Amino acid sequence: MKPFQYTRPESLVHAAQLSQDTEALAIAGGTNLLDLMKLQVETPDRLVDINRLGLGEITENTDGTLRIGALVTNTAAANHPRIRADYPVLARAILAGATQQLRNKATTGGNLCQRTRCYYFTNIDQPCNKREPGSGCGAIEGVARLHAVLGTSTECIATYPGDMAVAMSALDAAVHILAEDESERTVPVRDFHCLPGDTPWRDNVLEPGEIITAVTLPPPVQGKQIYRKVRERSSYAFALTSVAAIIAMEGDRIARADLAFGGLAHKPWHDPRLSTLLVGKLPSAALFDEAGDLLLEDAQGFGENDFKIPLARRTLAAVLAEATETEI
Amino acid sequence: MADYITVNDTKHPLPDDPRVSLLDFLRQEVGLTGTKKGCDHGQCGACTVIVNGMRINSCLALAVMHDGDTVTTIEGIGTPGAPSALQKAFVEHDGYQCGYCTPGQICAATAMLDEIAHGMPSDASDTLEGEIQISDEEIRERMSGNLCRCGAYANILAAIRDVAKEKAV
Repeated sequence: MKPFQYTRPESLVHAAQLSQDTEALAIAGGTNLLDLMKLQVETPDRLVDINRLGLGEITENTDGTLRIGALVTNTAAANHPRIRADYPVLARAILAGATQQLRNKATTGGNLCQRTRCYYFTNIDQPCNKREPGSGCGAIEGVARLHAVLGTSTECIATYPGDMAVAMSALDAAVHILAEDESERTVPVRDFHCLPGDTPWRDNVLEPGEIITAVTLPPPVQGKQIYRKVRERSSYAFALTSVAAIIAMEGDRIARADLAFGGLAHKPWHDPRLSTLLVGKLPSAALFDEAGDLLLEDAQGFGENDFKIPLARRTLAAVLAEATETEI
Repeated sequence: MADYITVNDTKHPLPDDPRVSLLDFLRQEVGLTGTKKGCDHGQCGACTVIVNGMRINSCLALAVMHDGDTVTTIEGIGTPGAPSALQKAFVEHDGYQCGYCTPGQICAATAMLDEIAHGMPSDASDTLEGEIQISDEEIRERMSGNLCRCGAYANILAAIRDVAKEKAV
């Protein structure tokens, strides 16, 4: 690990000010960042420790929303009575990720900012446009089993690795961000992460000098909530594909279908056309197929990850069948 | 800001170099070598210790970030003369071969039994609410952060199952 200066700021604004320096990085749980520092993928001159700045609470707002402080651990979030009862898709997604040891340390804000597990990104001897702009992408014609099939670019086919944010995308949660000039902004989770395009080094919309302070969940909605994660072993593995779903019925017809997907793209994938297609329809195998067609119409495999396209289609169908109690 | 970490009831001054992981601090500065360095990347669990009641990978923690915290290592869980119930069960069931992962396994399992007692669900739980039904599937899922390259999993599971069922009675 390269030497760095360790700083514990006195306030959130002070933390944001220190984070303006492009050679500084904020540290919360550190489970991803310290790993990347050991690999010299991240080499900050300064670590800004944002722990103990009072962002560790979950609060119920009077408008029915639930505010999760950025430093709430994954364990605390998954075990919060309101999250278990009203947002089970989120509790389930968090519990499906990592291990208990990591979830005890990992935080809500840090989980949103975790970096891809692309093998080329984490190996400094390999080309990677995300880590070293202009060096090329090793994965496009290389080992690409974990990689994206939607929203890729000629620069980068990495995936966003997390589970928590996939559920937050389905729930249409919002990220609260504080800037160094004390201004605040709110970004929907669905718009927080970026597609690689021609700026693959950019994972999300955070600017230097900005820190995440909280995530707000909208008031709870009716319906069945499911998080289905498909992976190579049954625990402690990243998603090959995952589906977060909130599905409500009205009589025989689908009344709500909020869906987001993990393991398919550089961000939790949300396609609003799926809801438009499904709502008002009678559930059937044919309808679920149509949803799969729509989701994957622009999907492109890179050899080793071609399997993700039929896998995503089947996982979506299985989740919709379970949620609507339909035989397929 | 406190300038010490409490390890097994004894206070130890923080290291000067912020790069020192909690794991290296425990082994090299405190001199407690029960906690093991396996992968040093949070993948194997050999470095598991209990900090303020929660199990974490000490390799993915900076010692300077734990000022004022209370750390329990395998040396604080039991002694050869007075082993904990889990330590006894690991011996009885031969829950190891080379023994390198064992301190991490036992620290993780010690915290895991508390998590079950507090009704904290896992990915293997049928429901998110209510009492946890202890099963092999539950134990395997909850212990998935601790690898054993000798493959002594069957006996590790048997040791933990024994103690978990005793506690549940």
